[in-house]
Amino acid sequence: MLEIKNLHATVDGKEILKGIDLTVKAGEVHAIMGPNGSGKSTLSYVLSGREGYEVTEGEVTFKGKNLLEMAPEERAGEGVFLAFQYPVEIPGVPNTTFLKEALNSVRRYRGEGELDAMQFVKLVRTKTKMLHMSDDMLKRAVNVGFSGGEKKRNEALQMAVLEPSLAILDETDSGLDIDALKTVSESVNLLRSPDNALLVITHYQRLLDYIVPDHVHVLAGGRIRASGGKELALELEKTGYAEFASGAAA
Amino acid sequence: MSDATFSDHYGVLRDALPGQGLPWLSRLRESALAEFSAKGLPTPRQESWKYTSLRPLEKVGFGATGAPRACISIDRAPSLLPAASDSHRLVFVDGHHRADLSTLGTLPAGAELTTLREMLAKDPDWLEAQLGSLSGDSDQPLLALNTAMMMNGFVLRLAEGTVLHDPIEVIHLGGAGDRPLAYHPRNLIVLAPRSQATLIEHYTHMGEQPYYANSGTEVSLADGAVLHHYKLQADALNAFHTATVHAEVAANALYDAFGMTTGARLSRNEIAVRLTGEGANCHLNGAYLVRGDQHCDNTTKIDHLVPNTACSEVFKGVVDDQARAVFQGKITVHRDAQHTNGHQLSKVLLLSDKAEIDTKPELEIYADDVVCSHGATAGDLDHDALFYLRARGIPEKAARAMLIEAFLAESVHNIAAQGICPALMASIGHWLADRRGEL
Repeated sequence: MLEIKNLHATVDGKEILKGIDLTVKAGEVHAIMGPNGSGKSTLSYVLSGREGYEVTEGEVTFKGKNLLEMAPEERAGEGVFLAFQYPVEIPGVPNTTFLKEALNSVRRYRGEGELDAMQFVKLVRTKTKMLHMSDDMLKRAVNVGFSGGEKKRNEALQMAVLEPSLAILDETDSGLDIDALKTVSESVNLLRSPDNALLVITHYQRLLDYIVPDHVHVLAGGRIRASGGKELALELEKTGYAEFASGAAA
Repeated sequence: MSDATFSDHYGVLRDALPGQGLPWLSRLRESALAEFSAKGLPTPRQESWKYTSLRPLEKVGFGATGAPRACISIDRAPSLLPAASDSHRLVFVDGHHRADLSTLGTLPAGAELTTLREMLAKDPDWLEAQLGSLSGDSDQPLLALNTAMMMNGFVLRLAEGTVLHDPIEVIHLGGAGDRPLAYHPRNLIVLAPRSQATLIEHYTHMGEQPYYANSGTEVSLADGAVLHHYKLQADALNAFHTATVHAEVAANALYDAFGMTTGARLSRNEIAVRLTGEGANCHLNGAYLVRGDQHCDNTTKIDHLVPNTACSEVFKGVVDDQARAVFQGKITVHRDAQHTNGHQLSKVLLLSDKAEIDTKPELEIYADDVVCSHGATAGDLDHDALFYLRARGIPEKAARAMLIEAFLAESVHNIAAQGICPALMASIGHWLADRRGEL
């Protein structure tokens, strides 16, 4: 589904990603762990097409298409979803307006019919119930005045509504208490299917108790230093990232 | 030379102007004409006109609007209110009152809404005391021009305690003439203690000809009176629009104004408010969307003259192409005006490299126990927000339109007369739809 080959990327002229190779197949959950500043968030932004992240070498294909040539909205249409580490506040845009516009944009891109107001409300109701979200959060402006936990729930809601085939979770556990972590994880797990894949980017092992990965990779110094099964995450929890620090400098 | 041209209009118009037999009015007109002839049109050499040049106005060569052209028919006055809502409506075409299009409805006892022309016939003595009383020596040549040439306009007079439940709509249609015309609507609003009204002015167009609407409005609010004053200026893009407002707000009275500008090649809204009684309050808010070669100037002046008065001012604009916007906001807190609360904010989105905003906030504070603030921002759309929307699948153009709409929606939704919000949001929507190809 996702194939990353020798990916190099710079931010403000500084090389952050220094040759990443990663293959994610449909149905798999991959965790990318690593110390701060290792390039985890850069990878998520490069994959979602944020401005200012320049790919200098390598390629990324998604379902056989060149992902790097696509605008962010095209990537979303193809089924890529980034759950932001820091969801953006957008004053003046009601959450439901935003969700409906996003869903119908993606449906248009995929050649599916748009949902009318009634169909949309029905769909969103089932998703908010699942995430234990109040209707009030739909009426408020996007993420404005939301607590850290509410913002992450709102990311999970968008994911549940847009039904991506590849969801990238960037530090989704940060700012979440244990109850919210469970709720958000449950909704993420509902997306797991033989057709979908997850890329879970996290500093801590905690999230992986709830979203159990098939593969764990250690990203340090802009490269993947180690790969293994879910036991690698538990190991890292004990030993920390110190052994990769020297490698990071190399 | 163009000043002479405008002055010449007086000779052309003299016999058509209302109030012929009133010596005080002739004196008022002639002294205003003398003032205008002496000063001429304002130029950027004057401090308050530094950023706005009337040169494009001079180039057109406007004629005076004399007798109304017959046989101009329109099906429906372009109301900003939802269909079937009740209002007291006055319609003017090229400055001339159209009784056939106006529907005054039933006004409560103590309320008078009529035209300046009718009021001159009905109660000239009262008008003598009112007209020009608030704008005396304001050094505003355009207002002097208006005073000299005023042909018609509306008069609203409310007796003590009179509350108008339905809004008043004043609709101006320009461009219907067979040549470029200039006209000078003159309006008077006098609210006795504790009376209340909502006024909606809509400037729009129906023909192809360039026109110049130069209005003058005096607003007098006695103790505890409330006026909500809304205006949408959606004049033709080859039109010129200048409006001068003087408002005097007595104790515990509220002047609540919101003006939106989308039209006119060149426009200037100049509002001066004097807060003269304790507890007086004013809101001067505005929104504007300009593009192409448009020039939009909002100039405000608020004087806090006594203790315990408040003002708040928020102007938000969107400037595209090589359009230019001006915001000049002066707040003066006089020596005795302790415990003044004054806040001013100007926020502008510049959508192109050639778009320009000139912002000049001025706070002059002579009292020592006051709370005053001002702020101004100008910039592009928030890149983080834009990426967030696009990452959710919303195409860039639509995402930009959403953010621009959201930026202005806050101002619109804060206005008290919710009935006109859909029309104002629709005009923002139309503007954005027109721009979508190029955003």
